[in-house]
Amino acid sequence: MMNATGNNHSGVSLQVRGLRKSFDGQEVLKGIDFEVKPGEIFVIMGPSGSGKSVLLKHLIGLEPPDAGEILINGESIQSPEIAAKYRMALVFQSGALLNSLTVGENVGLYLTEHRLKPPEEITRIVAEKLEDVGLKDATDKMPGDLSGGMKKRAAIARALVIEPQLILYDEPTSELDPLSAVVIGEEILDLNRRIHVTTLVVSHDRELAFGIADRIAFINDGRILKIGTPDEVKRFDDPLIRKFLNADFKRETKS
Amino acid sequence: MFENIGEIVLLFWRTLLALPFAWRQRQKVFDQFFEIGNASLLMVCILSFFIGAVIALQTGPVLVERSLSSAVGGVVGIAIAKELAPVMMAILIAGRIGSAMAAEIGSMRVYQEIDALRTMNINPVHYLVLPRVVAIAVALPMLVVFAILVGWFGGAVVAEMNNNISIPIQAFFSDLRDIVKPKDVANGVFKSFCFALIIGVVSCHQGLVTIGGPRGIGRSVTKAVVNSIVLIVMSDYLLTRILLK
Repeated sequence: MMNATGNNHSGVSLQVRGLRKSFDGQEVLKGIDFEVKPGEIFVIMGPSGSGKSVLLKHLIGLEPPDAGEILINGESIQSPEIAAKYRMALVFQSGALLNSLTVGENVGLYLTEHRLKPPEEITRIVAEKLEDVGLKDATDKMPGDLSGGMKKRAAIARALVIEPQLILYDEPTSELDPLSAVVIGEEILDLNRRIHVTTLVVSHDRELAFGIADRIAFINDGRILKIGTPDEVKRFDDPLIRKFLNADFKRETKS
Repeated sequence: MFENIGEIVLLFWRTLLALPFAWRQRQKVFDQFFEIGNASLLMVCILSFFIGAVIALQTGPVLVERSLSSAVGGVVGIAIAKELAPVMMAILIAGRIGSAMAAEIGSMRVYQEIDALRTMNINPVHYLVLPRVVAIAVALPMLVVFAILVGWFGGAVVAEMNNNISIPIQAFFSDLRDIVKPKDVANGVFKSFCFALIIGVVSCHQGLVTIGGPRGIGRSVTKAVVNSIVLIVMSDYLLTRILLK
């Protein structure tokens, strides 16, 4: 696979310091600190309801924090120029494709709305990005006609069009069969290698995390418990992390 | 409703600021315009014909009985042009189009499509609100002009056919022309323009603040329609008072 526009990009650094957020008096993020280096694949793991998706919304500027700061290359995400200066993309858990547009229109939406390229060029880029994610025949389909995995791949193609310097994935393999999950994981890795995009993945998929991450952070109850490389994580003795990593069905077999 | 008035006014202001981008969004404006016209034209015809007919039926016999038959055309003409066509059409459009706007934007909000737009640095006011408000602000006054003409025709038909009135169509329109001035029609059309802004902004605002799942969308649709109608009726009095001067 080739980068459709042939451009190389270097990722940005991401720093989160003392991030706090409450909804209706309930504190969801209780002081989050971590740093992601440029070009790194950083996976945040944790049980459902631990604050992962809320954290992601803060990282892309969709939610303002109550306290703390988020810095992209040292500049606050809240500053008005940040969106024009750095290209960032979020791949939503549901895909969040616009249901009134075709897949092709969805993928080209960023370029069309910001009038960054002439229409023929946009058509070419959309076709290339969709081919990159294995959806070249889906250009004229409506999002409602796609399966869950195809929607996610289309959402990744839409993010690729932005040529992001920071890409965030929200549960990229949830609701996917194991084969599709592997394809998505490879896609994340491949994209990171090709354009050195800083990648942050929020997931509770253990296979994905250990398969793609440079570093893994564990979040629970709105706090980061530990951060380490996959090898270090395997050696963590925190009981909650051990329980999370070793959780499995236990069924007694009749002899 | 009133706790959101500040947010609604703010959204209206943002939409005004976005007006220079309306040309860029012309395809969406045209799509919405077609949607409003296509969805409502038949209903507008039926509704306004019968409104004209019933006004003639209610006022005609009373006026004829008092030897004021020459006033029937004028009464029906004024009532339709200045009041009934703008208000009734606005209520119809609030129900048909305002509800659709709130439902569409509300579902986009619930299913994170609006968040997706924001992550792509696409302003939801430019992309979603502006085309809808511009389209309805153009379409509703045009529908009201149409409704006034059909309403007058409905009144004229009943005035001729009803035995208690029996005013020929030519006489009805001749009387109407004597009393109804172009300014009266312009008043009605201007009011409908203001109502269109109310429906567009209130419905889009309600869509944008939707929370929850399908139930939240349903709630938003109901609130959009009810709030639009309440504001239409209230502003109708205010506008009528101002335009009387």
